[in-house]
Amino acid sequence: MSEQTKEAVSDLEQSVSVSKNSKKVHQVEDRIFMVCNGIFMFLFVLITLYPVLNTLAISFNDGIDGVRGGIYLFPRKWTFENYITVIRKQNLMQGAYITVLRTVIGTLTSLFANALLAYIISRKRFLFKAQLSFFWVITMYVNGGLIPIFLLYKGLGLTNSFWVYVIPGMVSAFNVLVIRTFMLGLPDSLEESAQLDGAGYMTIFVKIISPLCKPVYATIALFVAVYQWNSWFDAMLYNRMNAQFTTLQYELMKLLASVTNQSSSVDSMKNAAGAVTPVSIRAAATIVTILPIVCLYPFLQRYFVTGLTIGGVKE
Amino acid sequence: MDSKYNIKEIKRQYVLLIWSAIFVVYGFVFYYLPLGGWIMAFQNYKPKTGLLHSKFIGLDKFKFLFEDDTFIRVVRNTLAMGVLNLVTSFVMAIVFAILLNEVRNKFFKKPIQTISYLPHFLSMIIVTGILHDALSANGIVNEILVNLNFIARPIDFFAHKEFFWPIVAFTNLWKETGWNAIIYLAAISAIDPTLYEAASIDGAGRWQKIKHITLPGIKATIIILLLMNVGNVLNAGFEIQYLLGNGLVKGVADTIDIYVLKWGVSQSDFSLGTAAGMFKSVVSITLIVIANVIARRTSEERLY
Repeated sequence: MSEQTKEAVSDLEQSVSVSKNSKKVHQVEDRIFMVCNGIFMFLFVLITLYPVLNTLAISFNDGIDGVRGGIYLFPRKWTFENYITVIRKQNLMQGAYITVLRTVIGTLTSLFANALLAYIISRKRFLFKAQLSFFWVITMYVNGGLIPIFLLYKGLGLTNSFWVYVIPGMVSAFNVLVIRTFMLGLPDSLEESAQLDGAGYMTIFVKIISPLCKPVYATIALFVAVYQWNSWFDAMLYNRMNAQFTTLQYELMKLLASVTNQSSSVDSMKNAAGAVTPVSIRAAATIVTILPIVCLYPFLQRYFVTGLTIGGVKE
Repeated sequence: MDSKYNIKEIKRQYVLLIWSAIFVVYGFVFYYLPLGGWIMAFQNYKPKTGLLHSKFIGLDKFKFLFEDDTFIRVVRNTLAMGVLNLVTSFVMAIVFAILLNEVRNKFFKKPIQTISYLPHFLSMIIVTGILHDALSANGIVNEILVNLNFIARPIDFFAHKEFFWPIVAFTNLWKETGWNAIIYLAAISAIDPTLYEAASIDGAGRWQKIKHITLPGIKATIIILLLMNVGNVLNAGFEIQYLLGNGLVKGVADTIDIYVLKWGVSQSDFSLGTAAGMFKSVVSITLIVIANVIARRTSEERLY
């Protein structure tokens, strides 16, 4: 009996000392882990930010001086010439105008359409709830493809027009599902009590449900706005011949192509007015293009994080 | 039986019904009508004669596709880059989420996360432009490599076929890792914190906690997202390849979408373009259906 107790005690002591030892080992391990993790995070941030900061530096640097290379995080020879050139470029400004226009109109119309459809299919008593949902879910997976869509838009008279940026992408089933999931989380009693007060479906949608959906609306608005702001392919495909409907990104793409083709040629530098080169102009145009987004997205962070999580869970 | 479809209820819901009708018409025109265009793939479509009067030629266009070496190569490229992107972006997003979760200092954690989203909001035009600069002969990457004596003289990364797929994968990682990690971070934050406390008391280190608590905790999310993304494998191939590709790397850079664009729009062979696009859609849908079946199986297993 006493021997057994002794054994048990010594076992216990052993296990305690093992656990103490392993704790010490873990403390060292943890320290190493934290250092490695710190290095990893530093590199991650560096790789993410450096190219953007480098572009910023180039955009404020004298173009011809920049050809020598060696510009990293700070300009060597300060100038605003690149930005002035960008602002004076007719095509870039036209692109910026159209891009702002399509972002504003596209986001507002798309938000309204997606929210309304989400509202309809989230009504419990709606007669064709299942059918309408199914009809739209299918569109997430089946796609006619580039050529049929191209011919359709042509047939509808959407090519060579501004509206090709707004109308075709107005409703997106994925966004509708995200909003619907959010709406389903709202209490039914809201709708019921409003109905007792004599409110119709549209009044409830505008006055009761929508104000409560602000977080998810902000998420979807951000998604759509970023999509609109960054689009270039539709401008290239449907409005190639119409300089008046060009977009900022498409103009930027043409600028990139010109830089790639003649980066080393001296002619392009001679042609350019003042001390700018295609490289420095493009840097300035890039900064102008990303500035609105960079200023906006950190403030909408908590919205899109929740929005994305809702959407992902629902899927 | 269908007592809910009575006149009174229809009258009550007329606003919803009118709007639904508008949405159905809209959806039909912009999403279902293009599917009718698939008929073109079986025709010798001429814009003059139109869809109704063009001559049917059966599977000739598909025959041409499968005998065309370029098309076979393009399918291979799309699949290879799609799978490479899928695997690398998955691994990186999970690794980043787990490691960021281990950063305990709020002062660092928040800004790192905010910065990690930044590239997601930049257009592919800008991303490829920036990348082009970084990888050019006098760009930062070559400068570092030369200074570290890894290479003797700058490499023109865009002129060598073997670099193209890794560049595409890296571009994708650079742009989307932070964004893709959001959902994993949410899943990690949903793990019961008492599990970690218990493990600490038992003397588990960080590494062990990651291995035995965090990873199993987000396993379900990982599987669901993986299955969801399988259907997108063929969709991962247009913007980067179109913007970064050039004559020298054409053989490995061109994807199905670029093929469609070249034949369909530039060469105006609408039928061939439609056939290639249809092939892509059908393969994608098949992948999605298979993934969904697997998803259902695994979720059933999890239930029991």
